[in-house]
Amino acid sequence: MKRSFDRRQVLTWGAGVAAIAALGIPGGPAHAKNDVEEVIAKFTGGKTPTTGKVKLDLPEIAENGNTVPMTVAVESPMTTESYVSDVLVVTDGNPRAGVAVFHFSPASGVAEANTRIRLATSQNIIAVAKMNDGSFFTATKAVKVTIGGCGG
Amino acid sequence: MLSRRDFLQVAAATAAFVPGGWSQAFAQQRLTQAELLRFEATGNVTLLHIADLHGQLRPLLFREPAINIGVGDAKGLVPHISGRVLLDHYRIAPGSPSAYALSSEDFAALAKSYGRLGGLDRIATIVKAVRAERGDRVLLLDGGDTWQNSYTSLITKGQDMVDCLALLKPDAMTGHWEFTLGAERVKELIEKLGFKFLAQNIRDTEWNEPAFEAMSTFDRGGVRIAVIGQAFPYTPIANPRWMIPNWSFGIREDELRANVTKARNGGADLVVLLSHNGFDVDRKLASRVSGIDVILTAHTHDALPEAVKVGKTLLIASGCHGKFVSRLDLDIRDRQVKGYRFKLIPVFSDIIPADAEMAATVSRIRAPHEAMLGETIGKTESLLYRRGNFNGTLDDIICDALLSERDAEIALSPGFRWGTSLLPGQGITREDIYNATAITYPATYRMTMSGARLKEILEDVADNLFNPDPYYQQGGDMVRVGGMSYTIDVDKPIGSRLSDLMVTRTGKPLEPARDYLVTGWASVNEGTEGPPVWDVVMRHIEKKRVVTASPTSRIRVLQK
Repeated sequence: MKRSFDRRQVLTWGAGVAAIAALGIPGGPAHAKNDVEEVIAKFTGGKTPTTGKVKLDLPEIAENGNTVPMTVAVESPMTTESYVSDVLVVTDGNPRAGVAVFHFSPASGVAEANTRIRLATSQNIIAVAKMNDGSFFTATKAVKVTIGGCGG
Repeated sequence: MLSRRDFLQVAAATAAFVPGGWSQAFAQQRLTQAELLRFEATGNVTLLHIADLHGQLRPLLFREPAINIGVGDAKGLVPHISGRVLLDHYRIAPGSPSAYALSSEDFAALAKSYGRLGGLDRIATIVKAVRAERGDRVLLLDGGDTWQNSYTSLITKGQDMVDCLALLKPDAMTGHWEFTLGAERVKELIEKLGFKFLAQNIRDTEWNEPAFEAMSTFDRGGVRIAVIGQAFPYTPIANPRWMIPNWSFGIREDELRANVTKARNGGADLVVLLSHNGFDVDRKLASRVSGIDVILTAHTHDALPEAVKVGKTLLIASGCHGKFVSRLDLDIRDRQVKGYRFKLIPVFSDIIPADAEMAATVSRIRAPHEAMLGETIGKTESLLYRRGNFNGTLDDIICDALLSERDAEIALSPGFRWGTSLLPGQGITREDIYNATAITYPATYRMTMSGARLKEILEDVADNLFNPDPYYQQGGDMVRVGGMSYTIDVDKPIGSRLSDLMVTRTGKPLEPARDYLVTGWASVNEGTEGPPVWDVVMRHIEKKRVVTASPTSRIRVLQK
């Protein structure tokens, strides 16, 4: 007999499907841009951050888009002369770009933070670190939020 | 079992109907156990590797793929060559035993000459022979996908495989399909295993602490060997996460680097990664993580007759279903690999005798089910096989069964790479169907889905297969479709690989906004309802009596 199912219940073959459907974005990461550029520009005061020093650790493919473990670490001696003051984490595919801002001081010892983030669809996660001398460094990592696991 | 004399007679008789010029090659075949096992021993360590048995205890037919596309840096490289190209690459004579074991070329004809491969009792004979020759230098490692995907492994929840493997006395294993038994059962089996289950890349979801032992060290032939386990990184995505809710996987390169360093600092002379990553993932990993001497690869079922070298790392690919046992002899001095010799030993079941102890155990396990499993439910007119990037003739039969038994417009069947092959004219037994479908989440769902959603799913699976970065690939093959056709350009990015999606029943294009009745199986979602897929497929074959599937695919493939 014919049955229709809630999308959440059936054949999602993985995480994040409901979210993709809700956004009405067919075909994965070919998504519309959100406010990511504005948020970064506001954080850097319009400066373009340099690639490097920042390390983003996220899985290549998320097991569950609703709670993706993320670690961001920045190379720095963390002394009063040279330290990381703030780290911005944003995404380019969620409805809103902002994820978190972490604040550090020389007393932090290391500039590293980890948390879990929600990803609506496959997208890039971008971290921007602000140093005490006013320079900015950045790293990007693409994470796939897949629907079609058939591996085997 | 055929005697050698019988075998040679069959081989000679077969020569008459294989393509011209090969008959002599056939006549010249003089396969013996001694020749299959012949190996000029070298060095102080012998690694034996088996992987991807998928619950198979007995010898079987398994046709290798005719199409196995590589993308990105892997394009055109082994294991992404097949058929005649593969034979030429390795200078293997068409029609030879190696050609039969390693390629899809003339499979049906050669199968009649060379018979079945594998069987854990034959593997036991090989392992014992190598141990007898090499004594305390031998390390036997199981790359995983061992405990599931046959009838007996399904109903005993992996106990049959654990009991039989125990007789082989492996030193360590890692896993993938093992986890589809659920976390509790996995823990229960590991507790009584008697050897190590290693997985450096599994953490508990709560505290991100290691959930399994990462590595184990062994002293063999005066060499300290560190074996690091790497389970299939995408298990909770490709298989049901709800069965292992507290375990998180992933490639975890940084943790691996730390474990390699720990192994070296701990005095290891030789570092081996027992991996279920899949070949392309391991090839990339070898180029990025230094200090690993050998990666024993698995998951993607590639059988390579030579080691592949990436930097200083040797990659070994040992095939699947017990068709092969890999032997790698290593000369380890000054904590370095000074030399090696490798052989992918094909387990020709008509040549290699069964080990009595293992054969008795396999028979005892199968005895209560033997009559049911051996029951013929129909016949195939054409060669049925699984492997291929986009379709397999056995999958076509499964899709036909789903469409007719579940009265749907479109059928989806997972691109699993396991399952045995059937020759034209062969009777189909219940066991043949279980061999292609035995999983712990077999419900056949039936639902409506829009054309846009269908395309989205196909695009997503295609990217899991053809993403140019191996770290974003999950292995397996493209989801099989029944009731529709499409064109795929593998070089395009996600969302734009598929075009010309057509519905077979109407002959019209798939409409994005229309709802279609879709049926399929192996949904990773908890609570999926429907009859088990093997019942659906068996019912269909019993009704039809005779089935056939054209080797011509409905899928058009484009690649530069």
